[in-house]
Amino acid sequence: MASLIARRLTSLLVTLLVTSLLIFLAMDLLPGDPAAVMLGTSASPDTLAALQRELGLDQPLPLRYLGWISGVLQGDLGTSYTYGVPVAGLIVERLAVTLPLAAMAILISLLIAVPLGVEAARRQKRLIDLAVGLFSYVGIAVPAFWLGLLLILLFATNLGWMPAGGFPGWEAGTLLALQALLLPAVALALPQAAVLTRVTRAAVLETLNEDFVRTARAKGLGEGGAVWQHALPASLVPIITVFGLQATFLVAGAVLVENVFNLPGLGRLAYQALSQRDVIVMQDVVLFFAGLVIVMNFLVELAYILVDPRLRAERS
Amino acid sequence: MRILARYPILLAGALITGSLILTAVLSLVWTPLPPAQINILQRLKPPLEQGLLGTDQFGRDMASMLMAGAWNSLSTAFLAVAAGASIGSVLGLLAAAGRDLLQTVLMRICDVIFAVPPILSAMVLGAFLGAGRFTAIIAIGTFMIPVFARLTLAGALQIWTRPYVLAAIGMGRSALRITLVHVLPNISNQIIVQVTIQLGLAILTEAGLSFLGLGLTPPAPTWGRMLADAQTFIGQAPWLAVLPGAATLMAVIGFSLLGDGLRELLDPRSR
Repeated sequence: MASLIARRLTSLLVTLLVTSLLIFLAMDLLPGDPAAVMLGTSASPDTLAALQRELGLDQPLPLRYLGWISGVLQGDLGTSYTYGVPVAGLIVERLAVTLPLAAMAILISLLIAVPLGVEAARRQKRLIDLAVGLFSYVGIAVPAFWLGLLLILLFATNLGWMPAGGFPGWEAGTLLALQALLLPAVALALPQAAVLTRVTRAAVLETLNEDFVRTARAKGLGEGGAVWQHALPASLVPIITVFGLQATFLVAGAVLVENVFNLPGLGRLAYQALSQRDVIVMQDVVLFFAGLVIVMNFLVELAYILVDPRLRAERS
Repeated sequence: MRILARYPILLAGALITGSLILTAVLSLVWTPLPPAQINILQRLKPPLEQGLLGTDQFGRDMASMLMAGAWNSLSTAFLAVAAGASIGSVLGLLAAAGRDLLQTVLMRICDVIFAVPPILSAMVLGAFLGAGRFTAIIAIGTFMIPVFARLTLAGALQIWTRPYVLAAIGMGRSALRITLVHVLPNISNQIIVQVTIQLGLAILTEAGLSFLGLGLTPPAPTWGRMLADAQTFIGQAPWLAVLPGAATLMAVIGFSLLGDGLRELLDPRSR
């Protein structure tokens, strides 16, 4: 098992390196010089040349990549052109909003998806199953940012229960900060929950007919016990898989939802970097998000091995 | 017709997407008012008071804008999926016909592409190329490549182990010919189903890109930008925030129903 994990870890590192190379090349091969993009059209040639030197753009391509990536590995992501501060600090600061937001969204989506999926599977083709099916159809199709607008319309504009957006900061008190994150987290969670509900239902349905569930029923464990204690744990592999695949969509959703609710998170940072043409910040944030998705997928593969003893035996 | 009655999901999907496509095409020749026509005196009028669906902050007719938006959204999504599906499928077929090494390399590249959500690649592209239909199509289409490459590779690898393919190999048929004659026809149904499902997701992504100002540039109306504009007037004119989102929702639901219906029809094993 240790060698299996080591192999996976090597493949993870290679993927991360290739990703960084591709992002770097994409930024470099696209028409337009980052320095010119940052300064706009009215910059004088001298300023342009100075910025090009500062960014190291006068050096050959491989050297520039090595410079960037060795900096990244040492935690030096470069300096933001618009903010004039290290990008690493900016990212850490924004993570204080995005991470709790994502965690809340994941928690909410699990709290919705697992019970709904399990109950729908237990009562297949009954009313609750149809209702859950309808929910997952609509939930998958609903744009998270539109859901955010509707939540603002209902809970902020009409009822006045919640703030319409903005973030008071954690120093304003945990409760206030969590309150500001609640609506965005719900908007982010519902589409995720819809996908997970569908997968949970399908996975539980498949295991419900297995021998060990029948045995559990036969030995007198109630129907609920058989499902929750035996069928659900055995259905975890597909649920975890989809959970990992959803990381990409969670990131995309966070970018949009943070912009709807005006939250100073990482997604908003990416958007601001775009409108201010802060190429270094964009390059780093994109790398960060992509790395996050790749690491999530890696963790999912590790989780398989832990959850499913059969896979562990097969692969090692 | 009898087929449609036996497959209610397919029927519902075909009805929704059909009327959507008709509306989009109709908008090219007719809308109640020109979608870009500004009428400040009639601004922010609710539905039915001015026009069928009211007016926006410039007094533009919402119904006309939504119709034109349907065309912009659908055409972008179609082009993006067409590009992603054809490139991805060709890569998948190539990898299946090639060696293990080729497959490993292709799948690693797919992992990398799949790790960058279209929103982010559109931001990168948008910074250099500017916002617009081209940026949106490239960003969404690129993200579709791994989806189709993985699907085709998995499907094609199965076909390559079938007895009739082994027979064809034994008869000395070339890999290209086997791919075209045996492999592709056997997985084309899966590709068609996936194209339909991805169309819905492409519409969803396009709306997100337009919402951030990375889609089509003004004055071309898009559902996403209409929603972005509606944010400012959410208290005064809630219909501005409701209608374009509802249109997007219907479009996405329509294509996913159509995809599931087609799957039922084309692939009886999936039932």
